[in-house]
Amino acid sequence: MNITEKILARASGKSKVSPGDVVFVNVDKVMIHDVSGPGVIAVFEKLKKKGMKIDKLWDPERVWVAEDHFVPAADKISAQNIVSLTNFTKQFGIKRHFKYGMGQYGICHTLSHEEAMVLPGEVYVGGDSHTNTTGALGAFAAGLGHTDVAYVLLNGKIWFKVPETLFFKLNGKLPDHVMAKDLILKIIGDIGNDGAAYKTMQFGGTGISEMSVEGRLTLTNMTTEAGAKSGIVEPDQKLRDYLAAKGAIKYDEVHGDADAQYEKIYEYEGSEIEPTVAKPFSPENISVARDLSSIELDKAYIGSCTGAKLEDLRAAAKILKGRTVKIRTEVLPAAISIFRKAMEEGLLKIFLDAGVVVGPPTCGACCGAHMGVLAKDEICISTTNRNFPGRMGHIESQTYLASPLVAAASAITGKITDPRDLK
Amino acid sequence: MKGSVIKYEQDNIDTDVILPGPYLKIHDYAELATHAMEGLDKDFHKRVKSGDFIVAGKNFGCGSSREHAPIALSYSGIRAVLALSFARIFYRNAVDGAFLLPIEIDDSAYKDISDSDSLEVDISKNEIKNLTKNKIYKIKPFPELIGKIIEAGGLFNYKP
Repeated sequence: MNITEKILARASGKSKVSPGDVVFVNVDKVMIHDVSGPGVIAVFEKLKKKGMKIDKLWDPERVWVAEDHFVPAADKISAQNIVSLTNFTKQFGIKRHFKYGMGQYGICHTLSHEEAMVLPGEVYVGGDSHTNTTGALGAFAAGLGHTDVAYVLLNGKIWFKVPETLFFKLNGKLPDHVMAKDLILKIIGDIGNDGAAYKTMQFGGTGISEMSVEGRLTLTNMTTEAGAKSGIVEPDQKLRDYLAAKGAIKYDEVHGDADAQYEKIYEYEGSEIEPTVAKPFSPENISVARDLSSIELDKAYIGSCTGAKLEDLRAAAKILKGRTVKIRTEVLPAAISIFRKAMEEGLLKIFLDAGVVVGPPTCGACCGAHMGVLAKDEICISTTNRNFPGRMGHIESQTYLASPLVAAASAITGKITDPRDLK
Repeated sequence: MKGSVIKYEQDNIDTDVILPGPYLKIHDYAELATHAMEGLDKDFHKRVKSGDFIVAGKNFGCGSSREHAPIALSYSGIRAVLALSFARIFYRNAVDGAFLLPIEIDDSAYKDISDSDSLEVDISKNEIKNLTKNKIYKIKPFPELIGKIIEAGGLFNYKP
């Protein structure tokens, strides 16, 4: 069995599972946020009206809560949702609730690794489609809707069809001007936005061994954009060191067997990956950045679980240092811990000196919620993960998805720019 | 189930157009319904009637995990979406929450069914009758567990 099959077998109490098997698995961790949390509350209310008694959760210690989509509270309704969420965690005794304005908080997927909320070998589900992100920690991580999350909160288990696994092998490391974002955009361009539908995307090879954990998190984050159920990277020393630095040393790693099966193996040469951009209105609609150098931009957005980790901010700062932006540019670190490190490393000063506005951790404009949404006909280059019509604001706005290096270089010139071409 | 067809001849109809992001903060199901399909078809909520079916291409419901998407369609009156394929979270949300039936149709049925056609969907017989064109399309039975959850009326009513 491969790593995903072994995790699902262990969690369902079976000695072996195969792709296509439907199993009920025991869940180790579950996450809700300020959109899926109130969604779960609505499901609970509906169940209570039907006569179900709900006075406790299966295990509040395994539940954690983020505030990210509409925070700091964007308007009256969002403020009310935050209050409902707070009442919910209090009522059910959930201690791990990361509240904005009270120390560490941030985008749920970012907290999953910043706070080591999920550990290798675990089954982790979250009320958000980019829950896949956390698979880079060697866990099975998949997104669910409100009803399913409500079911997990009450029963501690959920059904999954064991997925086929597509294996993406990266030979050799990525060049200096290329980031994990470029690779995953290239992969989605190759397999299409349903190319991994219902499947797992596993990443391995020498290029992945060389890649930082944060880079791997960018890969698994965007597996959702190829329709994948989950993305995963097998644990290695780099991951153990990453988790140990956060105080997580005890966990039960799972590795694939020597004869692990994969539905298909795709190979990429690290040296051949170029700065890559996804054009409106789909992540699969890719071009190399150089072919888009005539596209004039109104805005650059460096934020989200995909593109505002510490390394992403360092990459953007490398480009922005000593330069001035030509278009409106926002940087929103994905968690307070990242915000703090960016301050300590002097990155925030570089951003402010370049003319960039630095904002609080939030999903913000990535999902068109607030904090810099786009007007009609505005064109944005963004380190986020989706560019569907209206995703970041007006239905007739346009979003180009790119790495932090490309987004920052484009912010300097006002046009889509390959960082190698920046003077 | 009998109803008429609202057809969108396109692939990858994502949850951002089915129920746009700014409405994610809303959890009143009836209110969500007034914004259904707003990112793709502003006239949808004026046109849709209780019992209607949506017909669409592949990868319907891709993108976000928002259960708001099947909820908005369901509370608009949509009983089933007939598509070439579905994105995974939309599919399980529709089934586990008992909001609507996600029914996979084949390419010939997809091409044959026109906007406003009257259909009769019978999952016990695994067929769709096109009452306007007087034709029958076979559909694949639901996978075993999915069929049982649908029969139970959602995941919470299903006893494993």
